[in-house]
Amino acid sequence: MIQYLIRRLIGAVGVIFGVATITFIMVFLMPGDAARMYAGPRAPEETVQRIRELWGLDQPLPVQYVRYLARAAQGDLGRSTRDNRPVLQAVLERLPATLQLAVAGLFVELAIGIPLGIVAALKRNSWVDNLATVFGLIGISIPPFALGLVALYVFGFLIPIFPLGGYGTPLHLVLPALILGFGGAAFYARVLRNNLLEVMGEDYIRTARAKGLSPSVVLRRHTLRNALLPTVTLAGLDLALLLGGVVVIEAVFGWPGIGLQAFNAIRNQDTPIIMGTVLFASTAVVFINLAVDFLYVTLDPRVRVS
Amino acid sequence: MVQLETKANNRTFFSRIRRMPRAWVGLAFVLLVLLSALFAPMLTQLDPLAQFRDGLSDVGTPLPPNAQYILGTDHLGRDLWTRLLYGGQVSLAISIIANVTAAILGTLIGLLAGYYSGLIDSLLMRFTEVLLAFPAILLALGLGSVLRPSIPVVILILAVITWPTLARVVRSQVLSVRERQFIESARCCGGSDWYIIFQHILPHTITVTVVWMTLSIASSVLIEASLSYLGVGVPPPTPSWGNMISDGQTRYRLAPWMILIPTLAILLTTLGFNLLGDAVRDALDPRTSHRS
Repeated sequence: MIQYLIRRLIGAVGVIFGVATITFIMVFLMPGDAARMYAGPRAPEETVQRIRELWGLDQPLPVQYVRYLARAAQGDLGRSTRDNRPVLQAVLERLPATLQLAVAGLFVELAIGIPLGIVAALKRNSWVDNLATVFGLIGISIPPFALGLVALYVFGFLIPIFPLGGYGTPLHLVLPALILGFGGAAFYARVLRNNLLEVMGEDYIRTARAKGLSPSVVLRRHTLRNALLPTVTLAGLDLALLLGGVVVIEAVFGWPGIGLQAFNAIRNQDTPIIMGTVLFASTAVVFINLAVDFLYVTLDPRVRVS
Repeated sequence: MVQLETKANNRTFFSRIRRMPRAWVGLAFVLLVLLSALFAPMLTQLDPLAQFRDGLSDVGTPLPPNAQYILGTDHLGRDLWTRLLYGGQVSLAISIIANVTAAILGTLIGLLAGYYSGLIDSLLMRFTEVLLAFPAILLALGLGSVLRPSIPVVILILAVITWPTLARVVRSQVLSVRERQFIESARCCGGSDWYIIFQHILPHTITVTVVWMTLSIASSVLIEASLSYLGVGVPPPTPSWGNMISDGQTRYRLAPWMILIPTLAILLTTLGFNLLGDAVRDALDPRTSHRS
C-alpha cells in the first residue's frame, strides 16, 4: 500500500518534470526577442542587453534550462513581460475566481449527471433514457463558448434574468457554471448509466433482492455504491477537461480567473503568463489525479488487496 | 480459417450497423457537411472575402437573412452562406488532416511501445503521460501563443494534443494481440520484428483507430473552433467556423445570426461524427448488442 503510494508519487513528480521541460521548450520556440519586447522597440541596444543578462538569456541553453527548472521548483515562474509582476503571484491572485467557477461547474455536472444517469438506468429505453442520450450527444457536440454566447443572448439580453457576464454576485455565477458543467453532466450521466446497468446484472444484487431488501435499499446500498466508484476516478480526469474549458468560458463571460488572464496575455504577447498558467494548471491536474488515486484506494478495499 | 472469420465478422458488422438509425443519421450529417464544403464553389457564386457595399444596412450594421443573402451578412458586409461553406472547407480540412497525422503517429508509437516492452515502452508511455497531463486547450493555447497563428500551426497543435490518447489505445490492443499464437508462429517461421508488427499486428489495430478517428474528428472541430475563438487559431480574414463565431461575439445583441449559424454548422458536424463513431463502435463490440 505505502509502496504503491510512493511509486505513484515518484511518477507524478516525473510527469511534472516532463511538463516543465515541455513548457521550457515552448518558451524557447518563441519567435522574437523577449528582452526587446519588454524594453520596447525604441530602447537602446545596451538596455536590451542588460535585460538579457538580468534574465539570463545570454547564457547557453542547458544553463537556462537548469535555471528554469530550479526556479520553477521554488515557485518562481518568471515575470510578466507586461507589468513585471511575478507570474505565480498573478496566477494565485486570479485562482480563487477560477476555483469558484470550476467547483460550481463540477457541482452542476454531478447534480445533473448523477440523477439523470440513475433514472436512465432504472428506466432503460424509456423516454428519460432517450432524452439523456440525446442530451449527452449534444453535450459533447456543441462548442461550449458558442453555447455560452447563445445563453448570454437568450438569458441575458432577450429575457434579462442574468447579468451579461462579469463577476461578483451568485447570479453572475449561474450561467457560466451551467455552461461549464453542461458537457460534463451529459458525460457522467452516460457513464453512470452504463456502470449501473453492469452492476445491476451482478450476482450480489440478485442475492440482495432475494433476501428481501426493498428495491430502494438495494439501489442505495449495493448498486449505487459500486457503480459510483469509477466516477471518482473520472472526476479526476474530468478536472483536466474542466480546467481547459474554464479558459474558454472565462473568456466568454468575462470571468476574472486564470483563464481570462491567459486569454488576455495572448493578446499582449505576455508569454511568461501563458506558460506559467499552463505549468501551474498541469501541475494542479497531476496532483489532483494523484489525490483521486489515493482516495480511490481508500474507498475501494478491493484495490488495496490486489 | 482467418479469412473466413473476418468475412463473418464483416457480415455481422454491416448487418448490425444497418439496423442502427443513428448510424444513418450520423452518416447523413457527415455527408451533408462534407459535400457542401467540397462543392462550395457550386453552391455559391460569391467570394468569401468580398465585402459587399449592399451587405450592410444604412447604419452599417450586418443584415439578417434575406432574399439576396440567404443567411445574412457579417459586420464587414460579407455573405455568411459563402463564408459558412468556405469556412467548412477550412475547419474540416484542418480537423481531418490533423487526425490523419495523429492516427499515423499514434499508431506507430502505440505499436512500438506495445511490441517492444521495456525501456522503449516506458519512455514512450511516460512521454504520452506528460502530454496528457496538460489540459488540452491550455497546451494548445501555449503552443498557439509561441508559434505565429496559421493553418499549418493549428493542424500541428491539434495533432500534438490528439495522438497520445490513440497511442495508448493502440498499445493496449497490441499488448493483447502480441500474446496470441499466430504471432508466435510467425516468429517461429523467422518473421522479423517489422514484418510481424506491420503484417500481423497492425491489421488488428485498424478498427480501433478508425473508431477513434471518427470520434476524434468531432472533438478536433470543437477545439479548432475554440482556438480560433481565442485568437490562436485560423487567422482572419480566412473564414473558419471558430473565427466566424469570434467575429460575432461582440455583436451578438445586434446580429445573433453571426453566432447561431456557424454554431449550428459545428453542431451538425460534431453530432454527425459522434453518432457515426458511436454506432461503429457498438456494431464492432458484440457485447453491446445484449446491453441496449
